[in-house]
Amino acid sequence: MIGYIHSKESFGTVDGPGIRYVLFMQGCPMRCLYCHNPDTWKTGQGTPITADEILREFNKNKSFYTKGGITVSGGEPLMQIDFLTELFKKAKEKNIHTCIDTSGVTFNKDDDRYLSKLDELLEFTDLIMLDIKHIDSDKHKELTGKDNKNILEFAEYVDKKNIYLWIRHVVVPSYTDSPEKLYNLGKYIGQLKNLNALDVLPYHTMGVNKYKELGIPYKLEGVKPLTKTDAEIAKGHILEGIKSVR
Amino acid sequence: MLHNYEQWYGFEDGTWKREINVRSFIKHNYTPYDGDESFLVGPTENTIKLWEQVLELSKQEREAGGVLDMDTKIISTITSHGPGYLNKDIEKIVGIQTDKPFKRALMPYGGIRMAEKACKDNGYELDPEVKEFFTVHRKTHNAGVFDAYTPEMRACRSSHIITGLPDAYGRGRIIGDYRRVALYGVDRLIEDKLEQRETTRSAMYYQVIQEREELSEQIRALEDLKKMALSYGFDISQPAKDTKEAIQWLYFGYLAAVKEQNGAAMSLGRTSTFLDIYSERDIKNGVYTEEEIQEMVDHFIMKLRLIKFARTPEYNALFSGDPQWVTESIGGVAIDGRHMVTKMSYRYLHTLENLGAAPEPNLTVLWSVRLPENFKRYCAKTSIETSSVQYENDDLMRFHHGDDYAIACCVSSMVVGKEMQFFGARANLAKCLLYAINGGIDEISGKQVAPEFRPITSEYLDYDEVMKKYDAMMEWLAGVYVNTLNIIHYMHDKYCYEKLQMALHDKKVTRWFATGIAGLSVVADSLSAIKYAKVKAIRNEDGIVVDYEVEGDFPKYGNDDDRVDKIAYDIVHRFMTHVKKNHTYRDGIPTTSILTITSNVVYGKNTGATPDGRKKGEAFAPGANPMHRRDTNGAVASLASVAKLPFRDAQDGISNTFSIIPDALGKDLQIFAGDIEVDFDCSTGACSTPTLFEGLDGE
Repeated sequence: MIGYIHSKESFGTVDGPGIRYVLFMQGCPMRCLYCHNPDTWKTGQGTPITADEILREFNKNKSFYTKGGITVSGGEPLMQIDFLTELFKKAKEKNIHTCIDTSGVTFNKDDDRYLSKLDELLEFTDLIMLDIKHIDSDKHKELTGKDNKNILEFAEYVDKKNIYLWIRHVVVPSYTDSPEKLYNLGKYIGQLKNLNALDVLPYHTMGVNKYKELGIPYKLEGVKPLTKTDAEIAKGHILEGIKSVR
Repeated sequence: MLHNYEQWYGFEDGTWKREINVRSFIKHNYTPYDGDESFLVGPTENTIKLWEQVLELSKQEREAGGVLDMDTKIISTITSHGPGYLNKDIEKIVGIQTDKPFKRALMPYGGIRMAEKACKDNGYELDPEVKEFFTVHRKTHNAGVFDAYTPEMRACRSSHIITGLPDAYGRGRIIGDYRRVALYGVDRLIEDKLEQRETTRSAMYYQVIQEREELSEQIRALEDLKKMALSYGFDISQPAKDTKEAIQWLYFGYLAAVKEQNGAAMSLGRTSTFLDIYSERDIKNGVYTEEEIQEMVDHFIMKLRLIKFARTPEYNALFSGDPQWVTESIGGVAIDGRHMVTKMSYRYLHTLENLGAAPEPNLTVLWSVRLPENFKRYCAKTSIETSSVQYENDDLMRFHHGDDYAIACCVSSMVVGKEMQFFGARANLAKCLLYAINGGIDEISGKQVAPEFRPITSEYLDYDEVMKKYDAMMEWLAGVYVNTLNIIHYMHDKYCYEKLQMALHDKKVTRWFATGIAGLSVVADSLSAIKYAKVKAIRNEDGIVVDYEVEGDFPKYGNDDDRVDKIAYDIVHRFMTHVKKNHTYRDGIPTTSILTITSNVVYGKNTGATPDGRKKGEAFAPGANPMHRRDTNGAVASLASVAKLPFRDAQDGISNTFSIIPDALGKDLQIFAGDIEVDFDCSTGACSTPTLFEGLDGE
């Protein structure tokens, strides 16, 4: 089976524990205003690759990855769920740690066929990094083009499967930095019993040039990158929220 | 002869008492430390005061345009200057190169023109008498070399196919075993050298004559070393009795070396675990406290940061700065399986915190998977905070050099006191490829530099034809290169002999005959382009190929792609095979290195366009690095390509300059890389230990 990737990073250090082999899958249904990889949006593009090729490359340099593993990121990796299942199944045969970095947007609790596919994939998944863009559904839609219903359902669904969850949240000045909303986000994720880590990612502008190259208007023009101090403050609000329910 | 000094109380016996053998002393006496850094202490008031003084002097030096003061008349020798201090009353470890800190010494033995130019370019004038003396009455290394060079060697030099040769400056890359001064005292070392001189062969072949003359020079240098120490009020004829003396004795040894030689790399060796034996004994016996010992170490390291040489702007351009390469090797693993990390290893690294980050001394951790976890973490932490730690692969080097080697310069490994190196700069293999294509004509000057081999005349380059010609050209280059070095090292021994450093070596010394390669990734990509894409040669009106057009894509070195990585491997191996065909001075054992850490810019500037699409004058990648932006699969793939190069052929070192934005490594764990200590052991597939709420409860 063929998967389509945008690119790969053989030395991933921020997408899961340890040093990781990260695949950026091609294609994403979301259109987040601050997305720094707009070149991964379109489907029907990308470089074809097989699970065996990936594992061969991983294996060649496995001494680098002793405390890491494979992360599929994107784009939205769950758009290529069949490919992911094949890859992770083969990875687990070799005892490789597997991680999905996802927005959860493709989740649909009413689609039995989808759920059975997801269940199979989760059998071979060690860690899910879920990026919750906004806890308020309307704001979420404003920010990403989709509401957050599926995403929160996905979080709860995965939590029931006893898979470790890292929650990631990008803090964008004047979009997602309201203390109240951050607190609410904390309150929500605090209920997830497999919550294992929290990544608060300050908004940055490193992806802006890509928009120019692709000829896509950049809607956050003028928004300043978030400072480290403000990111810490934001994290504090979320942690307070978590604490309130534990 | 068996000695048993009272200063050795409490030390375990060993071979080291019967012969000069520091390794034996360390092996029998050191205490591996598995704990963490919590025992470390901050700087004392005196340390802060002294360091502020150094910072002020540095500022003045910068404002003065890079040099604060210079000797123009006194020729630097071990005893040329009286004592000099920063602040005599509060310095725990003393000694500077001249009579004043930041004053650069005059060292003309490598070459008078270089010394004169170093003065002039920095706004000083060399004393005319000194100039006359070293022009008319006393020959220098540089003058000797040029007396013997052939026209071909001169042509190679001026066309930059061989660059950076130590023919006008000190070759460096020799590490005296400065620990011997502390452990044995100078008298015992002199006694040993006298015995060596008495026991040379008696038939006077020129090698024996040279050996006897050198031993006499060494003995004189050791006598001078004692005199120098005495001028500071220390009698170092006997062994050091405690930590303070051990550091001071050892430093005097090093200081004498840098007063005598302005070498391209003046490295310190592997001293921390040696000194730890003294500090462990002193702490146990209540002689010194941790504060006192850290203060001595801080002052010692501060002194090493003051080492300076008079150099020219061209020299600084070649080395991208004004480096001394005061490299100190820390850690590693012993042959008996114990790691060699001690508390002193921590104290050395801790100076980066106590005094602030600095490039010198070049603190180099001999990294092994078997180093204790605490130390690994401390190194990582120090690296993140200071970006001032170098790492080298002990597991690789220990196999060849045992457990008492050190790094000279940036990567050259040698057993301390038993091995030395003849430093050999670099051959430009990218230019060599262009010579192969152009039949030995330099692509920039248009001159016939190499022999007139038949050039390539086809419009499109054919891989097999190019390889055949390239191999022949490499063979020629290796020959002229090694022979140039033979002259250089003969003359350096004759006119600029490192007598003090060699006095701190065994009688029988293994000499590595170092060569070097520049432009490896350019060559690998060029040959790959010729093989896997189509490369069209563009000729000027004289028929010289001056540019190339690449049609199509080709595998690029740095992406873990065997098709091109094998080419890189093959080039290194072939070149080394050609090097080995040549006679080497003093039975030097040929090695090579791929480590242009800084001079890659200069090499690139002097090289025409290459078949990989690199433009004329564009910088090479440093060392064994892939060309800039051609490695597109991330660092592991890039490192994997480099790791395929044959260390057996390039034992003098393979370097890979690796830069990464600290944030990409999860610098600020608190915010960026998961709010956890990311130390999951995921090898079993089960991550554990959620520590998300640690610290929360205390709020």
